[in-house]
Amino acid sequence: MSDLPLIQADRAVPPPAATTSTGGRRRRLRLLSRTDRVVITLKVLVPLLLVTAFVWLPALATVVLSGTDWDGIGPLNEIDFVGARNYSDVVNIYPPFVPAIQHNLLWLAVLFVVATPFGMFLAVLLDKELRGSRFYQTALYLPVVLSLALIGFVWQLLYSRDQGLINAVFGSNVDWYGDSSVNIWAVMIASSWRHVGYIMLLYLAGLKGVDPSLREAAAVDGASESRTFFRVVFPVMRPINIIVLVVTVIESLRAFDLVWVVNKGRNGLELISALVTQNVVGEASRIGFGSALATIMLVVSLVFITIYLATVMRENRE
Amino acid sequence: MSRPRSQAEYLARLVPPSVAGINRRSLLAGAAGTGALLGTGLLAGCGDDSGSGGGSSKDVSLGSNQSDPKPKDVLAKVADGFKTSSGVQVAVNTVDHNTFQENINNYLQGKPDDVFTWFAGYRMRFFAQKGLASDISDVWGKISGYSDAFKKASTGDDGKQYFVPASYYPWAVFYRKSVWQQHGYQVPTTLDQFTALGAQMKKDGLTPIAFADKDGWPAMGTFDILNLRINGYQFHVDLMAGKEAWTSDKVKKVFDTWAGLLPLHQPDSLGRTWQEAAQSLQQKKSGMYLLGLFVGQQFSNDEQSDLDFFTFPEIDPSIGAKALDAPIDGYMMARKPKNEDNARKLMEYFGGKTAADITVKSDPTTLVANTGADVSGYTALQKKAAELVGSATEIAQFLDRDTRPDFASTVMIPAIQQFIKNPKDIDGLTSSIENQKKSIFTD
Repeated sequence: MSDLPLIQADRAVPPPAATTSTGGRRRRLRLLSRTDRVVITLKVLVPLLLVTAFVWLPALATVVLSGTDWDGIGPLNEIDFVGARNYSDVVNIYPPFVPAIQHNLLWLAVLFVVATPFGMFLAVLLDKELRGSRFYQTALYLPVVLSLALIGFVWQLLYSRDQGLINAVFGSNVDWYGDSSVNIWAVMIASSWRHVGYIMLLYLAGLKGVDPSLREAAAVDGASESRTFFRVVFPVMRPINIIVLVVTVIESLRAFDLVWVVNKGRNGLELISALVTQNVVGEASRIGFGSALATIMLVVSLVFITIYLATVMRENRE
Repeated sequence: MSRPRSQAEYLARLVPPSVAGINRRSLLAGAAGTGALLGTGLLAGCGDDSGSGGGSSKDVSLGSNQSDPKPKDVLAKVADGFKTSSGVQVAVNTVDHNTFQENINNYLQGKPDDVFTWFAGYRMRFFAQKGLASDISDVWGKISGYSDAFKKASTGDDGKQYFVPASYYPWAVFYRKSVWQQHGYQVPTTLDQFTALGAQMKKDGLTPIAFADKDGWPAMGTFDILNLRINGYQFHVDLMAGKEAWTSDKVKKVFDTWAGLLPLHQPDSLGRTWQEAAQSLQQKKSGMYLLGLFVGQQFSNDEQSDLDFFTFPEIDPSIGAKALDAPIDGYMMARKPKNEDNARKLMEYFGGKTAADITVKSDPTTLVANTGADVSGYTALQKKAAELVGSATEIAQFLDRDTRPDFASTVMIPAIQQFIKNPKDIDGLTSSIENQKKSIFTD
């Protein structure tokens, strides 16, 4: 759905000109038939309306609600505005908030430093057409396909303190999910387990697309394997690298499912997204307070989005 | 936060808890991801779209959270009974238990069914006060067989009744008779005896008190019972209603006492589910476990008769040991039922002896609230549980049913888990709770 406007982008430029009726442009407009114009207008309008209705308006509503103490009961006109109280409460008297921010950042760091490079590494290995490469590919990608229910189940079997495989095999007594200094790492391993497969597949697809003659040329020039990769293949794959980077950032910001499965994001597994859910969804209905958390999350995401866009735009200009 | 109440629900939970949780919550998780940005308006549509269709004068609709096979079946039988006695067809609209609970706000504000399942406690009174439920005092004039404690638990803040109790289960300290006989343990009646018993169990190589709080709610039971024993029922109610300060010495004493007992509790409780803790009792590794009657679900059928319990011992002689947590499930009537006459008739039927008899006959694991019911089918454990609750002077509903749900889930669960992690910093903990309480209990 989203690629349609892109395809039309070059042709979609003219329509705004239709309103500014300068002579030269009007002539260009005749290149487009009536049907073309209708189609283009629709193709711009429909996604625009959808995005506005389902992304921007709700986001705006969240920001507005974050200034209220609405509990989800009663008509909208009974909502009281409380100014920035929700924000000051979040920062000052809500104990899970600071750990949540730290955990989100930790999540980003681990995915970025460990999981993503490892996934890329596996992709490079699999690209070598090893024997049984199909099997490895499937095995590594499997975690991405599995439903959350199953993933929670699998890791519960491993991590349970009293009945889990890890403690049984090693005779250890670690409370993997309950000890708040350990559980974030335990969950991080589970999360990386999924992330690695995802990155591997993305990167493998990219590697398959690299022109083999580049490698041959490098080999003829006597470049070693690793030198070929870092000096030739890696730079060529810039679009994929950026996608991988963006995927990593997005995955770490929206990390939610695993901690929710484990203990609903409490006791050492606080994440902003889990806190938002705890407060907004369900019976709790602290909608104002939860919206304040959601707004903070939005701002944090905007920081990363801005950095990303700035980088991409600067590079495009060069 | 449903506690399983029947064999069927227990079977449904044989899958590990993490999995059992996600089936119901995966949708929620998805909704939440978008919900974070999408605000909340979109969720409004979730609960109420399948309301009662027809609304002919011969119909009455019932919104039910009894989504597990066994209770669902029982409810269907009760509904059939109503049809035979009154000729009115009940359209039962069953919604998954957790979904029902999580959407209750939107459900009641939308187009709710005429009658819906709910439980006694703060939330019931809250709906009554907000005008989301109907006064059914007249129904209470027609039904009999309820103790004063049950009537009190069905009464709103304005002194009128809004709720008809159907079933309940008590919280008590459970143990295996065989283990206790083997070691010659006696049921403790004071805190000192309780502590001494725990120490003896430790010497005998048992974990004295099985304990789990991974899901956040089971430890609330321990807080509740200590609070009821130390400060009494009225303080519990006022504290839960936000009228008492959490920084008071009374609350600190509860945490202090608990901190003294914590060494007797199973360690690393924050990674353990109640099922796992109950299994340690079942495997004779633990000596006792403070939990609801549903603990029996972790025991096989021939082990049931080995299971026994006692109510938590007295701490303050002037308060006694007569109050306890016994959450009550039952029915409420929506604010503007489409078919009010039939809805009232249905409420009366639910509160009557016939419905209770059908329930006892169809589901031998429930305790029915109506004392007039024929309970000859009860097991020894059920009989004892019914006697215990019958003799209770006051019945509390459990922390998360007796207070605002936002306070219970977003403040108390993390706070109690924090306490279990670090029982030393009681001052810091209570002042943190108090600060958050002030921000939540504003109106």
